[in-house]
Amino acid sequence: MAACLRRTGEVLGSLRVLRNIQQQNERFVSTSFPRHAASRGDGQPPKFTPPPKPVIVDKTQSEESLRRFLSPEFIPPRQRSNPVKFSMERKDMIKRRKAFNIPEFYVGSVLAVTMSDPYASGNSSRFVGICIQRSGSGLGATFILRNVIDHQGVEMCYELYNPRLQKIEVLKLEKRLDDNLMYLRDALPEYSTFNFDMKPIPHSLSGDVPVNQLKVRMKPKPWSKRWERPKFNIQGIRFDLCLTEEQMAHAQKWAEPWHQYDMLKEYDTSSLEEQILQEVQKGLAK
Amino acid sequence: MTLLNLAGTILTQMTRLSHSRAFSVSTAAAAIQKLTRIRVVDNSPLGNTPYHRPPRVIHVYTKNGVGKVGDKVLLAIKGQKKKAVIVGHKMPGERMTPRFDSNNVVLIEENGNPTGTRIKVPIPSHLRKMEGEYSKLLAIANRFV
Repeated sequence: MAACLRRTGEVLGSLRVLRNIQQQNERFVSTSFPRHAASRGDGQPPKFTPPPKPVIVDKTQSEESLRRFLSPEFIPPRQRSNPVKFSMERKDMIKRRKAFNIPEFYVGSVLAVTMSDPYASGNSSRFVGICIQRSGSGLGATFILRNVIDHQGVEMCYELYNPRLQKIEVLKLEKRLDDNLMYLRDALPEYSTFNFDMKPIPHSLSGDVPVNQLKVRMKPKPWSKRWERPKFNIQGIRFDLCLTEEQMAHAQKWAEPWHQYDMLKEYDTSSLEEQILQEVQKGLAK
Repeated sequence: MTLLNLAGTILTQMTRLSHSRAFSVSTAAAAIQKLTRIRVVDNSPLGNTPYHRPPRVIHVYTKNGVGKVGDKVLLAIKGQKKKAVIVGHKMPGERMTPRFDSNNVVLIEENGNPTGTRIKVPIPSHLRKMEGEYSKLLAIANRFV
């Protein structure tokens, strides 16, 4: 009985295969042949109908963030340059973003960047590191990745819109307590060491970006800059381990608390940001 | 001058911790020039045995006296003169090229052959496009960045 069942199953399977082949044949022919045949029946010349446009699904774009996020390089600096310059640059930036996926990331996120490099093996090089700074606005915007490789601190400054970039992956999306992590140069190397084989950690597409509350321990002084000075306003350093109360109080001598009341230094970008965000979203949707 | 002095005093402590080496490496954010302290990154015995004085650049073989990646320098190391090739510096170079946390050199003989047999740190890959005899140096590197 069981053998009989199996045989019927085989027969059914072969039938299915045959049907598939028929369907495939129809598919091969369907683009041009049947239409010609249909029009010939009326005696009129065959009318060409173009095949439907293929729908290209870009898998890198699929996990688009649901947050309202505008990359900081879109906001023009406060200066007397002609605004036309910035609007033209924005157009080029949107064009590049359509062709190349630039993900949302912040200072403190861990990124992996693949760059075409004619002098590396395989014509491309990949670098993993923590983003310690984003700077520049417009097409020349850059970001710096830092990592410690073989006990040697290495930093790479990438141009965000450089055509040599092939891929930007966000391995870990998070923020840190500060907007500039240059002090990692003077921190213990463990804080800027990242494995090149690191797997991307999944992050939520909506809601707030998590802030890593990590405070780093520093190498003994001297540092490249006096990070305790108030102008840096650094939250992410354990100053209590490396400086005395006296030294911290001494650093406050350089505080300039009157600057926060200087109304000429205010630069409120919220309305500008909203406007540019709409422009960018419209441009990317086109 | 005071700045240089300050840098010198601090450097001794800093490198002792960061690289656990007996000598110091210069701190100024400039490319390599005369009297810059440097770090020898190959495994040659000359560059790795501790000595009471750090190796210093005493001449840079360029027209402007400033050394960048790929330039040859003359070192004063352990009381003798020795040539070396710069393979990384603290001063940021062009975009999309690496910047290192120390000024690194590799010792070479008079004929251009490297003294050591292994380079311990990553080497910038744009050294390949430079003019000059670097093939033996590139051959002993174990990692490019």
